[in-house]
Amino acid sequence: MATISVPEGAARGRRIGFAPPIRLIGAGLLVPLLGLVAWAVGAREGWVPPQILPAPDLVWDTFLDLWQSGDLFANTLVSLQRVLVGFAAGAALGLLLGTAMGLSRSFEAYASVLFTALAQVPALGWIPLVMLLVGIGEPLKLIIIAVGTLVPVAWNTRAGTHAVPPGWFEAASLWRYSRAQVVWHIVLPATVPQIFVGLRYGLGHAWLALVVVELLASSEGLGYLLVWGRQMFQLDVVIATMAVIGAIGFALDAALAALERRLQRWQVVDP
Amino acid sequence: MTALRRRRMDWRGLVPVVVLLAGWEGVSRSGLTDPRIVPRLEGLVGLFGTEIEEKALLANLAASVIRDVTGFSIGAGIGVAGGLLLGLSPLASALLRPSFDVFRQIALFAWIPLIEMWFGIGESSKIVFVVLAAFTPTLINTVEGTRSVPAKLVEVGALLRYRRPQMLLAIYLPAALPSILTGVHLALVQSWLATIGAEYFMTAGPGIGTLIIEGRDRFQMGQTVLGMILIGTVGFVLNRIARAAETRLLRCRAA
Repeated sequence: MATISVPEGAARGRRIGFAPPIRLIGAGLLVPLLGLVAWAVGAREGWVPPQILPAPDLVWDTFLDLWQSGDLFANTLVSLQRVLVGFAAGAALGLLLGTAMGLSRSFEAYASVLFTALAQVPALGWIPLVMLLVGIGEPLKLIIIAVGTLVPVAWNTRAGTHAVPPGWFEAASLWRYSRAQVVWHIVLPATVPQIFVGLRYGLGHAWLALVVVELLASSEGLGYLLVWGRQMFQLDVVIATMAVIGAIGFALDAALAALERRLQRWQVVDP
Repeated sequence: MTALRRRRMDWRGLVPVVVLLAGWEGVSRSGLTDPRIVPRLEGLVGLFGTEIEEKALLANLAASVIRDVTGFSIGAGIGVAGGLLLGLSPLASALLRPSFDVFRQIALFAWIPLIEMWFGIGESSKIVFVVLAAFTPTLINTVEGTRSVPAKLVEVGALLRYRRPQMLLAIYLPAALPSILTGVHLALVQSWLATIGAEYFMTAGPGIGTLIIEGRDRFQMGQTVLGMILIGTVGFVLNRIARAAETRLLRCRAA
């Protein structure tokens, strides 16, 4: 091995990025604060008309109004309920379909072409069709949310099941496990991480689908609040609602991530 | 999502497809349903023919694809540039990353009313929306990629006394390429979704989304189904192109 002489100072100061973690505390707040100040000043000085960008304090007041009147809470509740019911239905079906395709070669041979073809159309693309079939009521919303959830859950569950090492099945057959035991003791624990990938995608899709469907056809819910604000030319309502939508989307994902960590810890403790 | 393993075509896969089509035709012939809701299959094929002849379908398709590609290119371009900036400059990252992380929590479609108010309901609004859709996944994955460049490579660059641009082109970009391409691929999927969504809400002008919404408004199931088939097909083709480009670029890198 030839030794390489390191040129003085070459290793230092030349790297771009890959920096030692400089912790600039509060730097992350600087930009939003500056933005807020510019927004407030701009609104006060009338650089932008309030129909385009209402003042931040107005948005805040509107948020408080919406909260105190209970409108925000009621609409949030409606949206959350829809997303949870639709997600639960879609996830259950997706798990069932994914496991069946993963475990049974012949079921997969029958189902996979149709499933793959239908999965190419995003949940969004199904909205007009489902509207024609069931109208614009509650079933429309639940079906679209469920479709959005089903595809990633089924897809990932199947992939996870396929990835279970074949030796494990052989071991299970040595122990004369029943089919149910194989699913419960072998397949499920081995596929939990991949299933959770699917569930997290699914929940993200479900939330997105909810917003779309409520924007298109709804008389209550957060999406409706957006449409209403837009029609009244009240951007303060629109922005306040967007903030709530962002917060809930974040909370849903965080909740699922926490559940995932918990389940996987359990998996390690209980072999 | 994991790629499907390539398998030999299995006739069993066609069974449910045939059953579905036969069921459709049966319901349609039974006369129990409104023919506008469940049209005959031959009617659907005929509709496809006439739509192509009248060029309306192609015009709608072209409008959507052009919109998609325009928005995608701008969004992915900004995403890669922004991602390199945030990935390589700790200062920029400290300043901007938290704000970005807050903004990306907002479900994409919740931006539509605001964008409509700011940019009108014309073409520019739709493009802006697609840009937004393509931008986020590209940026996240580019940052991810630049962060995961092995320290050894960076040291090699330092040894060779690379300057910043050389460092960027010869070390960071190639090493971060797989992750960047993942982001671009995701962006392609997202922007097609966003294109259709934008066309649902801003129905002025041609587009596939507009076509299927129109089909619903006129109770023309045929038109709606046709639109859905096109959405699926274009999505599938875009996905394939992205995957092929990805393999190709990564092979070039390896060489």
